[in-house]
Amino acid sequence: MSDMYRDLILEHHRYPHNFGTLDPHDVSQEEHNPLCGDRIRLDLRIVDNKIAEVAFSGKGCAVSQAAASMLTDELIGMDLDQVRQYGKAELLDLIGLPLDKNPVRLKCALLSLKALKVGVYRYLGQNITTDELD
Amino acid sequence: MIKAPFDVATIRSQFPILQLPSELPVAFLDSASSSQKPEAVISALADYYRTTNANVHRGVYQLSEQATFEFERARGLVALLINATHHREVIFTRNTTEAINLVAQAWGGSNLRAGDVILLTQMEHHSNIVPWQLIAQRTGAVLRAIPIDSQGRLVLDDIDTLLQGVKMLAITHQSNVLGTINPIAELTRKAHAVGALILVDGAQSVPHMPVDVQALDIDFLAFSGHKMVGPTGVGVLWGRKALLDAMPPFLGGGSMIKTVTIESSTYADVPARFEAGTPMIGEAIALGAAVTYLMDIGMANIAAYEHQLSAYLIERLDEVPEVTWYGPPVGADRGAMAAFSMTGVHPHDIAQILDGEGVAVRAGHHCTQPLHVALDVPSSVRASCYLYTNTHDIDRLVHGLSKVKQLFG
Repeated sequence: MSDMYRDLILEHHRYPHNFGTLDPHDVSQEEHNPLCGDRIRLDLRIVDNKIAEVAFSGKGCAVSQAAASMLTDELIGMDLDQVRQYGKAELLDLIGLPLDKNPVRLKCALLSLKALKVGVYRYLGQNITTDELD
Repeated sequence: MIKAPFDVATIRSQFPILQLPSELPVAFLDSASSSQKPEAVISALADYYRTTNANVHRGVYQLSEQATFEFERARGLVALLINATHHREVIFTRNTTEAINLVAQAWGGSNLRAGDVILLTQMEHHSNIVPWQLIAQRTGAVLRAIPIDSQGRLVLDDIDTLLQGVKMLAITHQSNVLGTINPIAELTRKAHAVGALILVDGAQSVPHMPVDVQALDIDFLAFSGHKMVGPTGVGVLWGRKALLDAMPPFLGGGSMIKTVTIESSTYADVPARFEAGTPMIGEAIALGAAVTYLMDIGMANIAAYEHQLSAYLIERLDEVPEVTWYGPPVGADRGAMAAFSMTGVHPHDIAQILDGEGVAVRAGHHCTQPLHVALDVPSSVRASCYLYTNTHDIDRLVHGLSKVKQLFG
C-alpha cells in the first residue's frame, strides 16, 4: 500500500518538526515497540496547565516518526484536559492513514501518542487505563 | 540459469493460493514463517472431515477404526521421512514450540540438577530459548550459548570448553534468519563425547532437505507441519525410544493413561503417554499427505533446487548497493532465505512498500532477539523461498526494492 507513503508522511520523515530534546522539561517519556525496535522520546514543558514547548526524538519506521512529528505540531498550546481527550481517532485523522486493518502498523503510528498519554498522566499523578492506549 | 530437478510450473499449479485470480498475484517469500499448501493436503484435511471424522483409539465402530488407521499411517509416514527406527518414536504435538517444551519439561524436569548446563546458540529462535529458561529456573540449571561470527556461522573454536558440564545441547539445524545450516553431525559427536544429549530444532530444515535422525545420530528432533506444506496445529517431536520411555508425562489427561484412580495413575507407553486428550486428527492425517507430497518430489531434489534459488537470491540482492544481507555466503551451509537491511529505511517500511508491489516478506526480529543484538540491528526484512518459489518471485522482490529506493532515496 504505497499510499501509506504519501508525500506528507515522507516529508515529515525526512524533515521532522520539533525534533530534539528539552532540558529542563516537565515531562519526558520514552516508549518503544519491541517488535520492530521503534523508539520515541517525547519531552514537554508545561506552563499554566498548557503545553508550552514540545520535542521528540527517537528512531524507527517512517510511520512512527512522521506521526510523532505531526502530533508535536498539534500539541503546542494544547491544555492538559484536551490532551486527555485526544485519542487514537484524532491521531489517525491527523496523519490520514488507513490503518484500521493493519494492527501492526497501527502500533507504529500510535507510539508517540502512548508516550504523550503515559507522560502526561504521570505528570498529573494519575493512573492511565489501558483502554486509553488502545 | 536455474534448472530444477522438477517442473516448478507444475508444482505451482498444485498450490491453489498461487492460482488466485488477481491483478497483482502474490510473490510469496515468507515460507520460513509458514508455507503454502498444495491441493493434496487441503483435500486430505477436508476429506477427513467429510468421510472419516471420528475420534481415534477409542471407538469399536468402523469410522473410528478408519480414523485411527489414517492417523497412525500419518505417524508412519513421518517416521519414514526422517528415517526413524520406529513409528512409536514419533509424537504429534501442536508445533515445534510445544515439542521443545515437552522435552524441556519432561526430560529436563527429571534429569537436570542445579549447575547443569544447557547449551544453546546465539542464533536460536525464541522457541528454543524460553522453554529452557523455564526449566532452568525450576531446576537451577544454567544456560550458555555458542556465539556466532560475522558471517553468521557458529564459532566452534572453544566448543570443548563450552561443552563442559553440558547435559543438553539444544540447537537449530538451520537458522530462521541467517539461513545458516549448522554442522549437526559433528556437534552431536562432540556432545555425546561429554555425555550430553542433543535436541535439534528442525523447523527450518525438515521442510527443505533430507533429515535422517539415524545418520545424524541425534537424540531429539522437533519440527512443525505448517512450514512443510502441511496444516497448522500439528508438529512433531521425534525422540530416541529409550529416552522417551524413561520420560514422565508432559500433559495429563485422557489417552495418556493405563489406569486411573482418584489418588494416582499409571501412564501409557509412548507415544500415547505424550499425546494427552483428543489429538489433532485431521491435521495429522493432512501432515501425512504433506509428507507423501514432499517425498514424491524428493527431499534431495527440493534441497538441490533451493540451493540454486539461494544463489540467485543473493546474486540479485547484491545488485542493490543499499542492501546488507546477513548470514554465510552462498554455499552448502546456506538455505534459500535472506534477512537484510537497507540503508536509511526501516524494515517495516520496506515490507509495507513490497506488499504494495504484491511481494510478501516478513519484517521484525523473527523471534530471534538475541541474534538481532548480535547483528546489531533492531529488526530486519526476511525473504524466504520454498519449492514453489521461482526466479520471477525474486525478480519482483528486487524490483520492489527499487521502489523503496525511489520513495526513500
